[in-house]
Amino acid sequence: MKVKVLSRNPDDYVRETKLDIQRVPRNYDPSLHPFEVSREYTRALNATKLERVFAKPFLASLDGHRDGVNCMAKHTKSLSTLLSGSCDGEVKMWNLTKHDCVRTLQAHEGFVRGIVVRYCGTSFFTVGDDKTIKQWKMEAPGYGEAEEPLNTILGKTVFTGLDHHQKEAVFATCGQQVDIWDEQRSSPIRSFTWGVDSFSSVRFNPVETELLASCASDRSIVLYDMRESAPLKKVIMTMRSNTLCWNPMEAYHFTCANEDYNLYTYDMRNLDRPFMVHMDHVSAVLDVDYSPTGKEFVSASFDKTIRIFQKDGGHSREVYHTKRMQHVICVKWSADNKYILSGSDEMNIRLWKANAAEKLGVLAPREKQAINYNQKLKEKFQHHPQIRRITHHRHLPKNIYHQTKELRIMKEARKRKERNVRKHSRPGTVPVVSEKEKHVVTVVK
Amino acid sequence: MASPGEAATDDSHVGKNKKPPARYWQELPEEGEDENKDEKGGEKPLPQKDQQTQKAKKRKQPEDQRDGKNFVSGKSDPFPGPAPIPKERVQKFKRKDKAKKPRHQHFKLRDMMKRSDEASEMSQKQAARFDLLLPEDAGFLEGDEDEDTCTISQEDIAEAVDITSGAKYFNLKLSQFGPYRVDYSKTGRHLLLGGRRGHVACIDWQSKHLMCEINVMESVNDVKWLHSEAMYAVAQKKWLYIYDSNGIELHCIRKFNDVLRMQFLPYHFLLATASATSFLQYLDVSVGKEVAAFCTKTGRLDVMCQNPHNAIIHLGHPNGTVTLWSPNQKEALVKMLCHQGGVRSVTVDKTGMYMVTSGLDKKLKVYDIRAFKPLKSYFLPAGASCLSLSQRGLLSAATGDVVQVYRDVWSAPVTKPYMAHRVRGSVWGLHFCPFEDVLGVGHGDGFTSMLVPGAGEPNFDGLDANPYRSAKQRQEWEVKALLEKIQPELISLDPTELGYVDRATFEQRHRDRVQALGYDPLAKEKFVPKYKKKGRSSAGAVERRKKQVAHEDQRDEIRKTVEDKMKMEKEIKERAQKKAALSNQKSALDRFKK
Repeated sequence: MKVKVLSRNPDDYVRETKLDIQRVPRNYDPSLHPFEVSREYTRALNATKLERVFAKPFLASLDGHRDGVNCMAKHTKSLSTLLSGSCDGEVKMWNLTKHDCVRTLQAHEGFVRGIVVRYCGTSFFTVGDDKTIKQWKMEAPGYGEAEEPLNTILGKTVFTGLDHHQKEAVFATCGQQVDIWDEQRSSPIRSFTWGVDSFSSVRFNPVETELLASCASDRSIVLYDMRESAPLKKVIMTMRSNTLCWNPMEAYHFTCANEDYNLYTYDMRNLDRPFMVHMDHVSAVLDVDYSPTGKEFVSASFDKTIRIFQKDGGHSREVYHTKRMQHVICVKWSADNKYILSGSDEMNIRLWKANAAEKLGVLAPREKQAINYNQKLKEKFQHHPQIRRITHHRHLPKNIYHQTKELRIMKEARKRKERNVRKHSRPGTVPVVSEKEKHVVTVVK
Repeated sequence: MASPGEAATDDSHVGKNKKPPARYWQELPEEGEDENKDEKGGEKPLPQKDQQTQKAKKRKQPEDQRDGKNFVSGKSDPFPGPAPIPKERVQKFKRKDKAKKPRHQHFKLRDMMKRSDEASEMSQKQAARFDLLLPEDAGFLEGDEDEDTCTISQEDIAEAVDITSGAKYFNLKLSQFGPYRVDYSKTGRHLLLGGRRGHVACIDWQSKHLMCEINVMESVNDVKWLHSEAMYAVAQKKWLYIYDSNGIELHCIRKFNDVLRMQFLPYHFLLATASATSFLQYLDVSVGKEVAAFCTKTGRLDVMCQNPHNAIIHLGHPNGTVTLWSPNQKEALVKMLCHQGGVRSVTVDKTGMYMVTSGLDKKLKVYDIRAFKPLKSYFLPAGASCLSLSQRGLLSAATGDVVQVYRDVWSAPVTKPYMAHRVRGSVWGLHFCPFEDVLGVGHGDGFTSMLVPGAGEPNFDGLDANPYRSAKQRQEWEVKALLEKIQPELISLDPTELGYVDRATFEQRHRDRVQALGYDPLAKEKFVPKYKKKGRSSAGAVERRKKQVAHEDQRDEIRKTVEDKMKMEKEIKERAQKKAALSNQKSALDRFKK
């Protein structure tokens, strides 16, 4: 007779001393783990619920401005520094880790229209309603020294926007025309006009650094190459775009914030139709900024909310609002991809988490692992109705909620009408126009 | 330097004809040897050249030469690449078949699916690799030649094995309150005994430590551990009671009356009870709420088991049927006629593939429970009153006072039992101890714990059911398990259903499309014949006109299909011609051919 009976030595399964950690022998045999899918689903559901519980995005409010915040600029080298310009011509420099203002200077008379930090991070430029461009040193003046700009350029007309080249000592302004300036000269090295009397914003492409784009008041977006003397092409839309932002990772793509409550992402090679229409705001969109990863962007709107969109998602994944935040005029996504800064009408700059449920600070490895696992589970079961409902639910202020509903009803009514017209007319006379094509009037080259 | 490769080269130098059998790694070490010794001779130009190129390129591409095999100090790795994994072992961890590739235009989806396939393959391989490292092997029992294993007595086995295992064979003589029902906790550490005449005891059976012992002063129908060893349920004469491990009565549940049998679904925290009034009830023990109650309308329910794979409850009935129940449906999911007499016992194996039933017709039948087909039928002269399946698929059947254990009942026809053991009284309860080679038998004269080598799963998972867990670990496990409690709505015949894509039916999609477009693109206008005067709209004429139109339509359709076909053929021909032309163009000299 040969016999063997299971006989385990408990010493192999129990820790030796109390100072050790417990032993956990594993066996990954699927038959020992029944109900795999249902258990994972339950875990995913719990993770989704916890995510909503922990979603507390608001971090701090930076107050100190004496008028609405009109523009902001990220420091190109330091993560903790932010510059902001207000409607009374004041520029403030903030330390974000300490949540306080480190420097204040009266830069302009009237609005500060634009502010941008030079690529080296040692100085910054401001433009204002007083028709001047000023360059300032980044360090505060020493004791007893007066706060004076390094350089002042007096322009002929009011400037409305400003952006600096990524690598060279060149910057661009917009106003009645788009001007390219050399930092050493007091007159523009190049001026672009295309039958337009005013531009609202100009942006350099961060990848293809010689390219620029600007939004004009005749509802057009104009693209330029700095090396050429004439603009490249423009697209005219049904409504005016306020600002635009280039995708920092995909050189061809840019997103513009439009007056018709939508944002449009274009591929600059094909301006006939936007690559994606981002809808959800219920009032004009005033500003937009991409995350450094290029996968998402944040938009600020006149409807007192900020929304975060996926670059290829038609609807927002997140909406931020507070009771006190008024019309949001400018918004920035921090360079470490973790924070969002918004400047609004009621003189405050707010600091938000980019990922509302994220836990800040140093994470233990097990914590990190658990977060990653939960993330994967949520992704896996994201289309299940219960989980989708919880992830998509957001509390909205009453008026925005009702306005959203109203807009939806209006849209549906319009669609229904169009459908009925199509139904009762000769086939082919009322073509189906997609949402993407609807908003582009023409492309001019 | 005592590698087998070198030994082989030594042999060749001496000049012996006899060669040792070729090994797959030998070829490369010989080459390495060549490098060392044959450099001056230059007999073999090829390896030398090889070496030169290697020297030249050494810095840049160290792995480039020799079929991409790694070299460490001139010696080749005798076991290149990752260790091979046996196919069956990989198969064991296979969750799904490879998904069908989507069409080329869905490039994002394609990419995603490719990545997920890769990830699942990798995890499958890793799990299979890890399987080699499991510490324990399953038990076995083999007789000498012409010795039947069923003739080996328990005493002999207990003597032959080590002392701790030998101590697992024991008898408890409890003749006063018998017969006994038996239940082991999920980890297999704790044993619960319920005597018919009111004796309830829970024991840490390995250390023989009595946790509590009470007499409920009422008849006891069934006992069951709840999720941990801290609580158990007792079905008494009238109501269902819940006690804690100290024997303190926690609840008396008056909603559950005349309960005869109970099953606990550990991942759902559901206690399913079958009563004498033919009610099947589910109690959620985590919140104490009745989840579902069905009147099965089939009389007294005293045969019950659960399918551990999908948490479906199987009930056996006196008319020979077995019914399958989930808490989500008022009717039975499945009714199977299994026996000609009443069903005496039912059990389902761990993987949820096989169901074994025994009936009053003295038959033991094995069913494939996924296809609902009978597989095997055995005749037991005495019939089996109790059945139980172990984790590794051993079947124990109690016939009167004899417990027989069978092996491989579903794969091969079985003629004799694997083991047999006679107990003192008639058997009332049978239960294999999880993760141990032990079968607990409750009978009229108490309890017998018998050794059944090869019954238990040798390697447990510490996060699921750990027999050696401490109190702290148990508490943590409890919290985790409660968080992961599966809702009763998710119980269905196929537990993986939740993971499948819910393809909207064609009709639903079509309806959506119709709504979006505002008209039905597939709809055909029905021909309504115009009314004509002068008797031309008589019934026959209208019918004729309709027929004519239908005929026209049909002809149109046929014409269209024929045209399509012609077009296709033409295209194929053109393509073939193009291909032929291309292949002809290959050489410039082809034009001189005739």
